[in-house]
Amino acid sequence: MINIVVCVKAVPDPQQACNIRIDPVTKTLMRCEVPLVLNLLDKNAMEAALELKEQFDAHITALSMGPPDAEGIVRECLALGADQGILLSDRAFAGADAYATAYTLATAIAKIGPVDVVFCGMASSDGSTEWVGPEIATFLDLPVVTMVEEIVECRGQQWKVKASLAHGYRLMQVQLPAVFTVTRELNTPRALVFSGIIKARKKSIVRWGIDDLGVPAEAVGLKGSPTIVSKLSTTESKRAVEILTGTREEKAAQLLQKLLNSGIV
Amino acid sequence: MMKNIYGPVWVIAEQRDCRIRTVSLQLMGQAQKLAAGLNTTAEAVLFGNLMQHHVRPLFAAGANRVFLGSNPRLAFYEPEIYVQAIVRLAQEHEPEIILLGSTAMGRELAPLVAARLQTGLTAHCIDLVFDENNILEQHIPAYGGLLSIICPQKRPQMATIAKGVFPMPEPDPDRSGEIIPVAVPEDVSPRLQTLEVVHQIPDEIPLESAAIVVAGGAGAGDPDGWRQIADLADALNAALGCTRPVVDEGWAPLESMIGQSGRMVSPELYIGVGLSGEQQHMVGITGAKVMVAINNDAKSPVFDQVDYGVVDDCRAFVPVLIKKIKAYQKNQVTC
Repeated sequence: MINIVVCVKAVPDPQQACNIRIDPVTKTLMRCEVPLVLNLLDKNAMEAALELKEQFDAHITALSMGPPDAEGIVRECLALGADQGILLSDRAFAGADAYATAYTLATAIAKIGPVDVVFCGMASSDGSTEWVGPEIATFLDLPVVTMVEEIVECRGQQWKVKASLAHGYRLMQVQLPAVFTVTRELNTPRALVFSGIIKARKKSIVRWGIDDLGVPAEAVGLKGSPTIVSKLSTTESKRAVEILTGTREEKAAQLLQKLLNSGIV
Repeated sequence: MMKNIYGPVWVIAEQRDCRIRTVSLQLMGQAQKLAAGLNTTAEAVLFGNLMQHHVRPLFAAGANRVFLGSNPRLAFYEPEIYVQAIVRLAQEHEPEIILLGSTAMGRELAPLVAARLQTGLTAHCIDLVFDENNILEQHIPAYGGLLSIICPQKRPQMATIAKGVFPMPEPDPDRSGEIIPVAVPEDVSPRLQTLEVVHQIPDEIPLESAAIVVAGGAGAGDPDGWRQIADLADALNAALGCTRPVVDEGWAPLESMIGQSGRMVSPELYIGVGLSGEQQHMVGITGAKVMVAINNDAKSPVFDQVDYGVVDDCRAFVPVLIKKIKAYQKNQVTC
């Protein structure tokens, strides 16, 4: 049986995330209630696992670290077809940077048991660091391929995958167990179905805190993070806008004239 | 001579077909400035095959020393070998700072090296400056402003930076430096190896060198709306770029994303269509002479960042604008 762990993250809904802003006066974050959703690229990671399960005997664990509210996205993974859901939630985990996050997730993966494949989304929409997948691989001493856009060969322990380059690709041969971070080109994530949602209601989500992982408090959360945010600042624009007015036709004609006057068009 | 209290500033340089990549030279120029600030040296680490005669641009860009690993296995990026060799070098020479390009290689290599060195790493910085304690402030755009990230305790301080964030340093052909050969194992890792690297030549107008850039955002609404924005770019003979949501929707490839974690552009004319002016995108446009925005929300922050604004639904406005442009062009031809 192939043991798969999919690392998923609850992120502020990108459609509404623009409401989180730096206060120009206090230079602190003006927080507001933005609902948490499953990170978009993590859906591709889930889909990769589900497609493997359709071909082979596989067991899928959806693993997330986050606040108690993140349970919703773990349940969504169960509804999509994950066999097990684990949420790492503890005050001690709060404020983690990519390094401390990867360390905590890697510790949990080691606790889950022998794992063959770890899938992660290539990046998260809120942090967008791309570091968690490769750093998990480092802590577990596993090989990693980032930005996987195609799984070419996945029979046996020797996989071949294509990893995306800006224009082109790398063809990589990987010995399992291994970590893969995936791009949106890899697949088209399936939609939730009602029967899945009903089934997921019966599955329980395991919650692990710092004591369950047996890690020192200095190694996780803000304390375990090499990087910190030292300052927030706002940027000022140096341009004064001229809003073109009139009917649609007039605005288009004016804009074309402005473009022509610039001498560039 | 007294030992400098700061270790060197390093760039993990990158080559393709034995040519040093632009971003590596840009970072070398910045590394030289940072090194001067700390009264230390700027150094590069470079791997490839038969590279001895291709190192010079790194010296001309500001490197005092280049650690060079050269053997046939290193012609292409080979993750496990590269990581092992860089980690060993870093443990020996204790650099204060390591910079990498936000390239496919840099984005994979940086976290692998950082985690092994048990240090922090900041993604896709748009500026690097020292604070009053000579700690590197690494700026990233977020929440409509800037965050400054620091790595106060651990060393090295590591960051990735996209091509075009720092200017190409004026090359000084008289500068030279020391090449330090690095023994890198020729044995490929049994658990991970590169079988093939394929580079495709893009057929669209390259964003970085385009005089006109049209960038579209979520306001396109659907693939049809996106096609109209692409048509506008065509009509103006402009390169077509986009924001993150457009990539997420699958309307345009990741390669065309402009901004902090994508491409940096410096066109003469920029036209932003159906986008809200998020910092992560806007920091990707530098030095534009004229900037235009088309957005249906008069309160959109994008209008604070451009010279001309059109408040209108881009799905209705863009076709009208294209018609005007085409009518003008037709007139020009017949005259």
